Amino acid sequence: MTDRDERLQTILRLIEEFNKKGVEVTEATRFAQDLEWDSLTVMDFVAAVEDEYDIIITMNRAAEIETVGQLVDAVGELQGSASA
Amino acid sequence: MTDPGLEMTAQAGRPSVRGTAPDLFDKFQPLIDQRAALLAGGLTDPFNLVMERVESPTVAICNGRRTILLGTYNYMGMTFDPDVIAAGKQALDEFGSGTTGSRVLNGTYQGHRECEDALREFYAMDHAMVFSTGYQANLGIISTMAGKDDYVILDTDSHASIYDGCGLGNAQIVPFRHNDVEALEKRLKRLPADAGKLVVLEGVYSMLGDIAPLKEMVAVSKEAGAMVLVDEAHSMGFIGEHGRGVAEAQGVIDDVDFIIGTFSKSVGTVGGFCVSNHSKFEILRLVCRPYVFTASLPPSVVATAATSIRKLMSGGAKRTHLLENSKRLHGGLKELGFTLGTDEPQSAIIAVIMPDLERGAAMWEALLHEGLYVNLARPPATPQGMTLLRCSLCAEHSGAQVGEILGMFEAAGRKVGVI
Ligand SMILES: Cc1ncc(COP(=O)(O)O)c(C=O)c1O
Repeated sequence: MTDRDERLQTILRLIEEFNKKGVEVTEATRFAQDLEWDSLTVMDFVAAVEDEYDIIITMNRAAEIETVGQLVDAVGELQGSASA
Repeated sequence: MTDPGLEMTAQAGRPSVRGTAPDLFDKFQPLIDQRAALLAGGLTDPFNLVMERVESPTVAICNGRRTILLGTYNYMGMTFDPDVIAAGKQALDEFGSGTTGSRVLNGTYQGHRECEDALREFYAMDHAMVFSTGYQANLGIISTMAGKDDYVILDTDSHASIYDGCGLGNAQIVPFRHNDVEALEKRLKRLPADAGKLVVLEGVYSMLGDIAPLKEMVAVSKEAGAMVLVDEAHSMGFIGEHGRGVAEAQGVIDDVDFIIGTFSKSVGTVGGFCVSNHSKFEILRLVCRPYVFTASLPPSVVATAATSIRKLMSGGAKRTHLLENSKRLHGGLKELGFTLGTDEPQSAIIAVIMPDLERGAAMWEALLHEGLYVNLARPPATPQGMTLLRCSLCAEHSGAQVGEILGMFEAAGRKVGVI
């Protein structure tokens, strides 16, 4: 598995905990529209991702992330900048 | 029907000249529909109550019925204090009905200065700045203090005015889990050591009435080199030795850089403020847009506020009674079998958790019929999607009224089937 695949698997696992409606999740899944998460659920989920990777995803940054795939890429970037 | 609430269907009032452009109101349709469905059952609109007469801090006439008020923020019952009213009348006579100008132009009268003096004395701090509302105080201080490369670190359950202050500014926003010291500390450690940081906390969180672990939170914030702002809107006058709030009660007020407060609760009028010991604080009067670009408070309002603040300095007996009332109501509701926001009473707010919006609204209406007004709160204002009946006590509620209130809760709760 590439690093990106690994990140995707981890994020899919984290999503499951919040996926109350049991929506099938792919990289194209959108958090607000498809998973129907409200802003508080999004904040809880973002906190779980932050703690998993020991990074900060600001609300400004989170607002630009719509899909699972975009989150996987953003986490990759943020990890890179944290260890740099 | 003449109720405008019921006519807000998708078709009503839709002008035809827009062509293919959408009606900008379309985004509110789900809320309009939810409201219509709730009201279609014949329910009194919980967000449209009119008080026809107000008899005292604790009693008003609503729909012709004498109603005990348990959903105001008139914690210290100052709204009808004779000295407060006399000060307002005198200022109205001597200084007129309004200033018609900004604080930095023609809108600072003697009374605004005296009000800031009263605040500096009340908090024993060097500087005080009065805003037109508490909402604007948060907007102004947060958006002005935290610049583009700075971070605002805030509790996820923060008041709307704190979130909106973040929205108005352009800092990086970092939320942490409600009242979770470890979550705050972890995030502070992940931020660049050399970045500017403002941690924003509240003394009492107004939805559930729970207090923040400020002692620990202020300590970890200071260790990370952050400045700390505490909104003490719901504690002024009755929490802490001098009524300065939760930061005082927990012994950390000297480490707090900014305290935000409001005149719309314990003080009993309208207005907001920020107090601080920072030596450069006064420059904010020139750079803080929600302070500069709006008219200052009317002379009568600042006169009532100053008088009320000075009286709050010696409000010991009222304070004791308010805390007793809160304990008794909390204990009584718990005994009746209601689910409450906190296990123990932590403030003058007691939140009764309802199973859902429908039963919450039904319970709200049943209480109103009993002659009791409480606040109905629902998402997105509430945490975790909860529907709450929020009760806030007043130092002027008599022991007999608290007894009556418990009786009304019992009757309404049985009628609606939530206990
Ligand atoms: C925590 C908190 N901060 C600020 C405000 C705003 O106060 P004001 O009513 O003066 O705008 C409120 C009141 O709604 C509040 O609850």
